[in-house]
Amino acid sequence: MSLEIVGIFVLWIFLFGYVIVASIDFGAGFFNAYSLLTGKNNILSKIIKRYLSPVWEITNVFLVFFFVGIVGFFPQTAYYYGTILLVPVSIALILLAIRGSYYAFESYSGLRGHKGYATAYGIAGLLIPASLSVVLAISEGGFVTMHENGPKLDYSALFTSTLAWSIVVLSLTAVLYISAVFLNWYANKAGDLKASDLMRKYALIWAIPLIVSAMGIILEMRNTNSWHYQNILDLTWLFIVSGILFIITIWLIWRKKSYGLSVVVMILQFATAFFAYGISHYPYLLYPYLTIHDSFTNESMAIALVLAFIAGLFLLIPSMYLVFKLFIFHKGYISGEDETHV
Amino acid sequence: MDNSAVFWSRALTELTLTFHIIFATLGVGVPLIILIAQYVGYKKNDEHYTLLARRVARGFTITVAVGVVTGTIIGLQLSLLWPQFMELAGQTIALPLFMETFAFFFEAIFLGIYLYTWDRFKNPKYHMLLLIPVAIGAFMSAIFITIVNAFMNAPRGFDLIGGEIVNIQPILAMFTPAMPTKVGHVLTSSFMTVAFTLAAIAAYKLLKGEDHIYHKKSLNLMMKLGLIFSIATAVVGDFSAKYLAEYQPEKLAAAEWHFETEAGADLIFFGILDGDEVKYEIRMPKVLSFLISNNFNAEVTGLNDFPEDERPPLITHYYFNIMVAIGSLMIFLAMGYVVGKWRGWQWITSRWFRWLIVLGGPLSFIAIETGWWLAEQGRQPWILYGIMRTEQGATTATGVEWLFIAFAVVYLILGIGSVVVLRRMFKNNPVSKELALRKGGEQ
Repeated sequence: MSLEIVGIFVLWIFLFGYVIVASIDFGAGFFNAYSLLTGKNNILSKIIKRYLSPVWEITNVFLVFFFVGIVGFFPQTAYYYGTILLVPVSIALILLAIRGSYYAFESYSGLRGHKGYATAYGIAGLLIPASLSVVLAISEGGFVTMHENGPKLDYSALFTSTLAWSIVVLSLTAVLYISAVFLNWYANKAGDLKASDLMRKYALIWAIPLIVSAMGIILEMRNTNSWHYQNILDLTWLFIVSGILFIITIWLIWRKKSYGLSVVVMILQFATAFFAYGISHYPYLLYPYLTIHDSFTNESMAIALVLAFIAGLFLLIPSMYLVFKLFIFHKGYISGEDETHV
Repeated sequence: MDNSAVFWSRALTELTLTFHIIFATLGVGVPLIILIAQYVGYKKNDEHYTLLARRVARGFTITVAVGVVTGTIIGLQLSLLWPQFMELAGQTIALPLFMETFAFFFEAIFLGIYLYTWDRFKNPKYHMLLLIPVAIGAFMSAIFITIVNAFMNAPRGFDLIGGEIVNIQPILAMFTPAMPTKVGHVLTSSFMTVAFTLAAIAAYKLLKGEDHIYHKKSLNLMMKLGLIFSIATAVVGDFSAKYLAEYQPEKLAAAEWHFETEAGADLIFFGILDGDEVKYEIRMPKVLSFLISNNFNAEVTGLNDFPEDERPPLITHYYFNIMVAIGSLMIFLAMGYVVGKWRGWQWITSRWFRWLIVLGGPLSFIAIETGWWLAEQGRQPWILYGIMRTEQGATTATGVEWLFIAFAVVYLILGIGSVVVLRRMFKNNPVSKELALRKGGEQ
């Protein structure tokens, strides 16, 4: 395996990690706001707070890891994506700032339960994946033109693109679905059957638009018959595997048993689709200007980065295990019996 | 080249960093201070110190949150506002940037654990030990990110052949001549600032009539730590000046308003500039020569020896003076307190002296800000010293001025929000109440 492939593989894993943990986070914010507005907050808020509080910072690091890593392994992405994404990413950053700080301000100051804040927080959480997912549409090509000064993003083409909007819809529904499946299990584990019932309902509801929008994107790509669609055809079987895993998740949730397994299968489903998408994108980072080969960093830096990455994993994996052991899998903690915050 | 994009890119970067370093400084310094307080509490079996650690940690949750979001912002803004610089940096200096995210990860994990496991371990020592990885993560991320900044001041570890960067050595690029003094100064000044900020809070509470032994103990500990760290900061700062004289003489010359190359150069403090003439200054004969080489008659290169388009802005003189003046004042203040305490002098408990200590908190932050402005503006016109000029690195996209306004509003909200939340957090929960509650719980 060449170093380019190792590099993009590492980054893709971390991006996937971000997609899952951030989805749980963003979706939870939305459900929390929704439950406050509909008066069901006593059911959900506690469970959401219990899960989110110790891990929200870790969620953020996944994102930082990805964007620092991509500049390291593929420095030219800084030039192309840095220039064209100035506005969309700045908007996402402002939303992230509002969201991250509101979370802390609310949690630690006794302002918890304010409807206005919770709504702003929930909506900001949904807009972040929307503003970040346009990058996926841009990477398909056709929205960027080269000028003598540098690359330029064609905003009107992007805003009128049905593909771009379909990707936004898919990302939103995926966020809510992933979050609901996870919180369903988490609430069940905490013995909070009311919250679990509610999340089960949400999971089943959001599964429908999720699969519709995913199908829609494939159909749109078929109509334009782009380079990317040709690649996807070769990987049809992986997308079918993902579809089967999706059906298994729904079935597990439907019969109200093995919620833990449903989370695992759901993650596998998204992993399969995410990696199939990634592989079918090969070799382009930004069609047609940037491939992973011509934008790759020099060899000595690549080797140094891979070594640093391996050393870092030795630090991270045991620490993550500790977090899981102390919070997510700790009966006393999730049921709320131990109140041990500073 | 679009000059307004360059101007606004610089303005937005400066705005973000100026705001971020308030929280970053706290982020580097607070874990160590909590660790020390908790250790003293554990060793002396004195619950006042343990409570101090706990209350500081509680306030830290807010500043960490703002530090994390503004840190994420500057991390991405580097690529958004300086795409060509980051393309080049990606090839040469990506290693420490990458390692910084690991340090940050490590810190985030253990900070989360620390914050949510108070009283959960049977042996309190285990909980205290969690702070060691938090502090290590905080130091390491400060060290790695400062290494990146040091590289921008003294690029090493590659060859420039015909405009192409070749023979890249990532490890060498990390250990530049600028690195030891920069890292040292960042760490010591962060510890110093946090110690004086907490001393200021304790002094303020005592002035406001909360005459609790807790505040006296806090003031005492923080002033002692402040003295140690402020002296360390000054010593490393002196090394930094010597470094500048050797490697970046125009930065030092601009900061000192030293125009003509001469032996036995005077040190100029404050003053104003009238054409080429310095007026109303405090002049210390031959001190500049001594400062940079321990020899009163050494020759110091003047600013006029550099091409006009490579001279840093002269405003850096004020930044430098303010930073040094505050640093010196804080050493005297801390020394006065520590010696006074030891000799039993009464004036250290007087109101005017406590007000000075209160003032020391914000002053330390002003010193941090002016120090960074000096370091960054003093390197102009280069984004990568001697290699890439600032305007070559800036984005070619338009509309940066609108983003400047948007981010300014965001920082204003975050700043006000932090102050309001922190005040609310401690105002409704004074020390006496918390102590009584804990004692009640234990019996």
